[in-house]
Amino acid sequence: MNRWNYILMRLLQAFFTFFIIMFLVFMLIRLLPGDPASAILGDRATEADVARINAKLGLDKPLPEQFAIFVGNFFHGELGDSISFKIPVMRLIWQRVPVTIFLATYAAVLAVLIAVPLAFVAALRRGSAVDNAIRAVFQVGLSLPTFFVGLVLLTVLGAQLGLFPIGGYGTTFGQHLYYLFLPALTLGFNLAAVLMRNLRAAIIEVLTAEYVDFARAKGLRNRVVLSKHVLRNALISTVTLLGLNVGALLGGAVITETVFAIPGVGRLMVEAIYGRDYAVIQALTLTFAIMVFAAFLITDLVYAQLDPRVEMA
Amino acid sequence: MAATAAPAITTTRLRSRYRPNRTLLAGLCVLAILLVLAFFPSVIAPYSPTDFDYKAILQPPSWQHFFGTDNFGRDVFSRVIWATRIDMQIALFTTLFPFFFGSIVGAAAGFYGKWLDSLLNIISNIVVVFPFLVLVIAIVAFLGPGLTNMYIAVSVVGWVAYARLVRGEMLVQKQAEYALAARVMGFAPARIIGRHLLPNVIAPSIVYWMTAMSLGILLGASLGYLGLGAQPPTAEWGLMVADGKNFMVTAPWIATFPALALTIAGITFSLIGDGLADLLRPRR
Repeated sequence: MNRWNYILMRLLQAFFTFFIIMFLVFMLIRLLPGDPASAILGDRATEADVARINAKLGLDKPLPEQFAIFVGNFFHGELGDSISFKIPVMRLIWQRVPVTIFLATYAAVLAVLIAVPLAFVAALRRGSAVDNAIRAVFQVGLSLPTFFVGLVLLTVLGAQLGLFPIGGYGTTFGQHLYYLFLPALTLGFNLAAVLMRNLRAAIIEVLTAEYVDFARAKGLRNRVVLSKHVLRNALISTVTLLGLNVGALLGGAVITETVFAIPGVGRLMVEAIYGRDYAVIQALTLTFAIMVFAAFLITDLVYAQLDPRVEMA
Repeated sequence: MAATAAPAITTTRLRSRYRPNRTLLAGLCVLAILLVLAFFPSVIAPYSPTDFDYKAILQPPSWQHFFGTDNFGRDVFSRVIWATRIDMQIALFTTLFPFFFGSIVGAAAGFYGKWLDSLLNIISNIVVVFPFLVLVIAIVAFLGPGLTNMYIAVSVVGWVAYARLVRGEMLVQKQAEYALAARVMGFAPARIIGRHLLPNVIAPSIVYWMTAMSLGILLGASLGYLGLGAQPPTAEWGLMVADGKNFMVTAPWIATFPALALTIAGITFSLIGDGLADLLRPRR
């Protein structure tokens, strides 16, 4: 099966899964006491507003028909209006998704830059004091709550030392990198801990493999052996782990964006919950699912590129 | 008896085969301390967690107040101690139902296969596509903030991981000779699963349970920080960090000590999980 067939099959699977997800999100709003129209519109809804929403969402029609309207609206990009921001939900999400994607990608890059070298050091000096120190630091890092790490970085490096801005996003690409450095570091730290642990184990395993002995026996220098053989295989497990942890990364983005006041979809989710903006919450739940699924697909494709043994089956 | 590839153990022989290792012991020791604090907070904590004292606001750590006081004059040390109970509860209640329900469903899906396995697969695909935190706060958004709703939200979503783990193990173990022997002997499937297979498939699930407790505390604390978990004036570590976030420069002790408590609790369950993983790994 070639690459395009594989993508098509995955998309079909996704469609089916997504259908069920949409149904669940659709039903979610019916958990609320009272009728969905008032919930979506909030406290200051007038009779006319309620009537309009009832007509648009078909809330007086039977449930299957309501769901059909919901799905139809979704594919037209019609997700309702935000009561807090007074603009269409679609536009709100469209503005903010790039910010979160930037943050998550930045965090992943930083995590890899931190974890890979340290994992090599720890694996090559296995059992030494350096190894134990690295592992201990990351073990603590795994258990430190993200919001506290963010608060500390914000306070020390941002407020007290004034090295980094304490919130916001900036306007140019360079500014984005600057404003998002602390948040990305916060978000990436946890991920770095997970990556380091697994990568170290993977490198140790690879180092004892037969083909590495053979490469050394061939007379290749250690550096060549390490970079050509060990690194490539270690990279494969890193990519897999990154893919598996996208969910955790996006979840952490919710906290990090809240701590650093970044205008992304994570913070939007929290604001929407405070503001009882249910249309936004519904739409965001679906948005997150789409983002995670896209990340899974990209990870699979990258993995297939890296590992020639994998067939797109 | 013919030699088998997989260790065939029944529950009674479990205890004699395994000796605890240092990681596990360390974790269990700290856990014991945490449990004592959780069950008998008033014995250790000098003050009540909710008593205001406006004459002693924002005081740094001292002999009267080991961890200082917050902006209401409440003793941070006492609040951290009292919060141990809440956070231990969070660790337990966010994982108890998922562990039991998930393990049973996973065992059944792995053993019987067919529609149950397909159903589990579909549900699994749905759950895995959401960030866990997002899913939990989405459900809490509709149910309302508070610990009970958080437990419900986490339980609805959290059992799937255990189910997948146990299902995977079950697929392997049900082909083992002792399982086939039990079937040949005509035992009822429920008995085969319960007495013969379950002790052998449950190990990864138990290890994951410990990791999940660590994650559960962090999740509860995160929700507390966002204002969606434990509600004031309850003392909960995450909530306390949120209370202290506006004072990080002037009174960093308010947020730091609860955060340290969170970290210690998290490390404890991690150690227990790692120790158990070493312990329960099949001997080659």
